[in-house]
Amino acid sequence: MAKPSRRQFLKIMGATGAALLAGKKASANEGHKINNETIGMLYDATKCVGCKACMSACKRVNGDYGSLSYERAKFDTDGLWDAPEDLSGSTRTLIKLFKQSEQEWSYVKYSCMHCQKPSCVSVCPVAAMTRDPETGIVDYNKNTCIGCRYCQVACAFNIPKFQWEKAIPQIVKCDLCKNTNLPKKGISACAEVCPAGAIMFGKRKDLLEEAEKRLRENPGKYINHIYGAHEVGGTNHLYLASMQFNKLGLPTLKEDAPAEFSEKIQHTIYKGFIAPVALYSTLCFIAVKNMKGHGEAEKEHDTKTDEGGDH
Amino acid sequence: MGHDEYQKHDAKILTPSFIVLLTLTLIGFALILLRFVKGIGAVSNMSDGYPWGIWITYDVATGTAIACGGYAMAILVYIRNRMHYHPMIRSAILTSMFGYGLAGFSVMVDVGRPWNAYNFFVPSKWQANSAMFEVAVCVMAYTTVLIMEFLPAILTTLEKTEWKTLQHLLDRVYSRLGMERPERIGDRLDKVKELAAWARPRLDKILIFIIVLGITLPTMHQSSLGSLLLIASTKLHPLWHTGFLPLLFLINCMYIGYSIAILESVLSCYAFKRPFETKELSGLARIIPWLTVIWLSVVIGDLAWRGQLAKAVSFDFYSRFFLLEFCLIAGGSLLLFSKRRRESIRWLFVSAALIVLGGALYRFNVYLIGFNPGKGWHYFPALAEVMITVGIVAFEILGYQVLVKILPVLPKLHTREQLAEAHQHTVGKKALEH
Repeated sequence: MAKPSRRQFLKIMGATGAALLAGKKASANEGHKINNETIGMLYDATKCVGCKACMSACKRVNGDYGSLSYERAKFDTDGLWDAPEDLSGSTRTLIKLFKQSEQEWSYVKYSCMHCQKPSCVSVCPVAAMTRDPETGIVDYNKNTCIGCRYCQVACAFNIPKFQWEKAIPQIVKCDLCKNTNLPKKGISACAEVCPAGAIMFGKRKDLLEEAEKRLRENPGKYINHIYGAHEVGGTNHLYLASMQFNKLGLPTLKEDAPAEFSEKIQHTIYKGFIAPVALYSTLCFIAVKNMKGHGEAEKEHDTKTDEGGDH
Repeated sequence: MGHDEYQKHDAKILTPSFIVLLTLTLIGFALILLRFVKGIGAVSNMSDGYPWGIWITYDVATGTAIACGGYAMAILVYIRNRMHYHPMIRSAILTSMFGYGLAGFSVMVDVGRPWNAYNFFVPSKWQANSAMFEVAVCVMAYTTVLIMEFLPAILTTLEKTEWKTLQHLLDRVYSRLGMERPERIGDRLDKVKELAAWARPRLDKILIFIIVLGITLPTMHQSSLGSLLLIASTKLHPLWHTGFLPLLFLINCMYIGYSIAILESVLSCYAFKRPFETKELSGLARIIPWLTVIWLSVVIGDLAWRGQLAKAVSFDFYSRFFLLEFCLIAGGSLLLFSKRRRESIRWLFVSAALIVLGGALYRFNVYLIGFNPGKGWHYFPALAEVMITVGIVAFEILGYQVLVKILPVLPKLHTREQLAEAHQHTVGKKALEH
């Protein structure tokens, strides 16, 4: 009795392993397609003057909607300025200055990258993170979010932020003014107020065209790379800069979307729920057979001891 | 296998360890209250870079693996048909029930917006791409299954009970109030007894299908606990980030499961002064090295395939933790290859402890130690955060201690002579050890 069931058990284990292996191999080629009709922003670090008008416009417009509060800096005892140190549960976008030397420096703007294949959307267990298929906006719905923070673990850019100090917290990230400035004025608040033309708002294909034009017409001015064009499967927030992007806090990333890899494996294991159902039925078959064999042995035993059988 | 396969452990409930565990539990629960009033940031060191701290890493990812004793034993008993391990299954299931139930509870402490958790039951919100969704649904289902698997112990007790303590208590309450105790209370209690007697044989008939569900569900969600970190390809160190994470987590929970069954049996026999189940335990111990050998081969093979072997022995921060994990698991298994050691309670205990430590460290490595969100982020758990986890673990042990004394959970000791003999055996052993 023990031997065949052991073999069956090993078979099941082998099948699970094979499914996992298959998942790994299948992830190689089929990829998602970048949609250039979606909207986004092109941030040109060489044009940015660091006035931070975008930051205050963001809080002014989205303040109530995203419960974005002002953040006091440690040195600012009187609370005169909104001076966030980093993106946080109160700040959706931020301008930072990186200084390599007195001559070499660059501003950089942080906010959600609005990925074409967003990890946060892929991992959210209750679909609180969504990507609008038409606009490409990655949006957050606090009314369905359970606060598990898997989106934070998953995001390669560390963009979604959590309100750690609140009893009723939420995730905070840029939604391209989806519910505020965009429906009213057709442009995100940060792009609207930028006085230096550092933020260009529009369709991804137009942004790419413009970025390529700038690279072509100003040889030597820029690093010859449009950040976000291909990173993690493409993002709708694109960057041009005169300094290495990883120095500006933008991580060096591969072209494949991490979500493609993880979803392939997960889908291979759970495709059509076949594997779990097969596993359950096989196990049932073995267990019932084992129980029967055992029950017969027990009956013999019971007739001797005159006692009813438990399971 | 008759009804009397299990027995209650006859002993006082109020022991010194009970008081200690209760204190720890109360401290933990007070801090949980604080967390709900002042936010997660008030009690923990988690940050936007490290959004998962020890609550997820220990209580959920590691705690459920440690609670896999019931799963591992069920595979052994019902699938590999080693029915002679059957007496050990109830205590394994009880620990699993606590482990999983409290993992679910600690998730509710950890998530920021627990009142939205009902969305897991709203089909339009289901997100099948998310490994987290799979884990959450499976863990909820498995906790329910564990409760049903444990139900026979409760039902048998209800059938036999005379409600002495309760009747006594009610009498006192009513006499204080200066009233007669109404008849209908007694009737109600009899009803419960009847209901239990009615339900138990019916449950027995379908129990095997529930038990098999209890094998399928952990197979699914334990592998998915590994899948959770697949997405963090840029943050998890390449020593641990691999497409084999689901398979590694699955095998990992099995050898942890068998090892914890050994530890739990040794510890409860020691604490409750029962004879050690040496024969069963050495049988269990024979399975473990096979599982760890498969696991270690996958780890090494995968590292070699991805060209990361040099990183594994570079002795930097990550390599040291990897090697520690590796040595604990390999060391513990190596001990178990010897028959002599497998038959010594002390060596069984040592090797099972090494394997549980190593297996748990693997999960810590994947979820915390090997996780690096980038420059400037650091995480080390806050005292309050640790105390909440300690409180939850204390509550688990407390619950186990109490339930084995009021419900038939532990394997039945057959005769007085057997008991006495075993007792002498342990006394002799202990004398030797000192």
